Amino acid sequence: MGRYQGDSTCVLFPTTVDQVQQLLKYCNDKRIAVCPQGGNTGLVGGSVPVYDEIIISMEKMNSIRKFDEASGVVISDAGVVLQDLDQYLSDYGYTVPIDLGAKGSCQIGGNVATNAGGLRLLRYGSLHGTVLGLEVVLPDGRVINGLKTLRKDNTGYDLKQLFIGSEGSLGIITGVSLLCPPVPKSIKVALFGLSSFKDAVLIQQKAKLQLQEILSACEFFDNSSMKLVCEHFNVKEPIEDSSIYVLIETRGSNDDHDTSKLNSFLENMYEECDIIDGTVAESGSQMKAIWFLRESIASAISESGATYKYDFSLPTPEMYSIVDAVRKELSNYPDPNVYGYGHIGDGNIHLNIMAKEYSEDLQNKLEPFVYEYTSNFNGSISAEHGIGQMKADHIHYSKSEIELEIMKNIKQIFDRNGIMNPYKVI
Amino acid sequence: MAYRVLVACKHAIDLSTVKIRIKPDKLGVVTQGVKMGIAYFDELAVEEALRLKEKGVASEVIAVSVGPADAQKTLRHALAMGADSAVHVNTGDVELAPLQVAKALREIVREVEPQLVLTGKQATDGDYSQTGQMLAGMLDWPQATQAAELNVENDSVKVVRETDAGLETISMNIPAVVTAGLRLNEARLVKMPNIMKAKKEEN
Repeated sequence: MGRYQGDSTCVLFPTTVDQVQQLLKYCNDKRIAVCPQGGNTGLVGGSVPVYDEIIISMEKMNSIRKFDEASGVVISDAGVVLQDLDQYLSDYGYTVPIDLGAKGSCQIGGNVATNAGGLRLLRYGSLHGTVLGLEVVLPDGRVINGLKTLRKDNTGYDLKQLFIGSEGSLGIITGVSLLCPPVPKSIKVALFGLSSFKDAVLIQQKAKLQLQEILSACEFFDNSSMKLVCEHFNVKEPIEDSSIYVLIETRGSNDDHDTSKLNSFLENMYEECDIIDGTVAESGSQMKAIWFLRESIASAISESGATYKYDFSLPTPEMYSIVDAVRKELSNYPDPNVYGYGHIGDGNIHLNIMAKEYSEDLQNKLEPFVYEYTSNFNGSISAEHGIGQMKADHIHYSKSEIELEIMKNIKQIFDRNGIMNPYKVI
Repeated sequence: MAYRVLVACKHAIDLSTVKIRIKPDKLGVVTQGVKMGIAYFDELAVEEALRLKEKGVASEVIAVSVGPADAQKTLRHALAMGADSAVHVNTGDVELAPLQVAKALREIVREVEPQLVLTGKQATDGDYSQTGQMLAGMLDWPQATQAAELNVENDSVKVVRETDAGLETISMNIPAVVTAGLRLNEARLVKMPNIMKAKKEEN
């Protein structure tokens, strides 16, 4: 992203848990600050040192340890790239339960440390549910060997939940035990063009009711996003110009069953909603083409200018109102373009503002405006991107005093010397 | 000058969603539970036929498929794309070799009497690249294979072909057979109302 830059002079590449233990123990004894790093694809500066913290990269701890076919559980080193893990699983007929644009570079350990959401949270749930065990090295060098493959284990406090989403502030995850779903036999993708966000809200609601167990993704993006992607990557707009686009994906075990369900859904939508245009992918390459429109928005924006990226959870009907509000706030500005897209099925919008260059003036216009707007709806100022450096001063918009106090206490318990990813999270 | 165009489409394995696996008895590829659909290059042939219609060169586009019951799905897709009608030669469970498919197509050609037959250069599961050529031979029609560009003018078909040695441009008289190559065009996405209409159309 280019927005965050530190002054670290040292990167370490441990290859075993033992090495990670030794490193952390040494750093803890000497009070040396540490910045754990996975695929470095984070969007809030969480993997970038603020000053001269030593970077501990998990890149070289990249073996997939074991896959248990009977239960569908894979045990992997933290440094395995998500796409590689998915490739490995595909030979067994399984797939990873998360999917995000950065899958070619992000590592599973980092995904867990940030509780990555992604495109299929709607179907497979969050990592808080699919991670069955973790191997974590604590700041003082001790290791928690929690790599179980058990689906159920109610024996006291579920400590791994603390590390999931902890963004490197409580320890370093070195191993992950992950429950994986089977590769679907039938995948279908449909794209709708609508005249208003209200129609999009209705479609996602109906999709959940009518497609039920086969619904696997429900995404939206606005007209400015579609126009930018098509112009930037030189592709044709597949359907007629619309205000809001909704992408629906289904995954199931039986193609005929899913086809008939999807066709009924389409017929109903044409009757109940105001659809400008729509299409259904017939082949895998057409599916990729439709997904490309949604998945490339982030790159198109960042390659076109300086980007301010926000990631909010808002009540679904209100999701797009923040885009309109920001456009109004910036109406006196000649330059910035505002884009709204995201996981409409999860109530999570990615609000992006793109200008020719970063400017404090623009930032002050946006913040705390967008955080206050979100807070007023009791939303989350970071749905899935995490806190990192970017939002460390803003957590209070989404967490109460008492919650912040308890979080600080927990941090003290694990990392008394404050060496783990300082200046971030809490 | 408006031609009838016949497009031959195969209901084949959708390569973009699955890895082709050889059967344990080594006598073919696994098709059980594997996603099938219109063969990639056949879809380009349908697209080209539709573009000829849009240009006013073709007056009618007829899709034909020689294959099992499920080949109907491929034909409905061709109809949804914009083909005027579809013919299904139902082969049941029997797997046909290109020669037999070509023979069946020859009969259809005799009945339909098109001026132009389009098909994909090869199907993505068999990869034979024989059917179009054999059909042309049986009909004693000129053929242009691996087409990257197709133009029709005054009863003459001009095709730019991709060969190992480079591009070759040939001119043929109508009626003719053309097989579609990778760079011929990009197939259109089907609009939803068309899909729903095609689903309802009777044979």
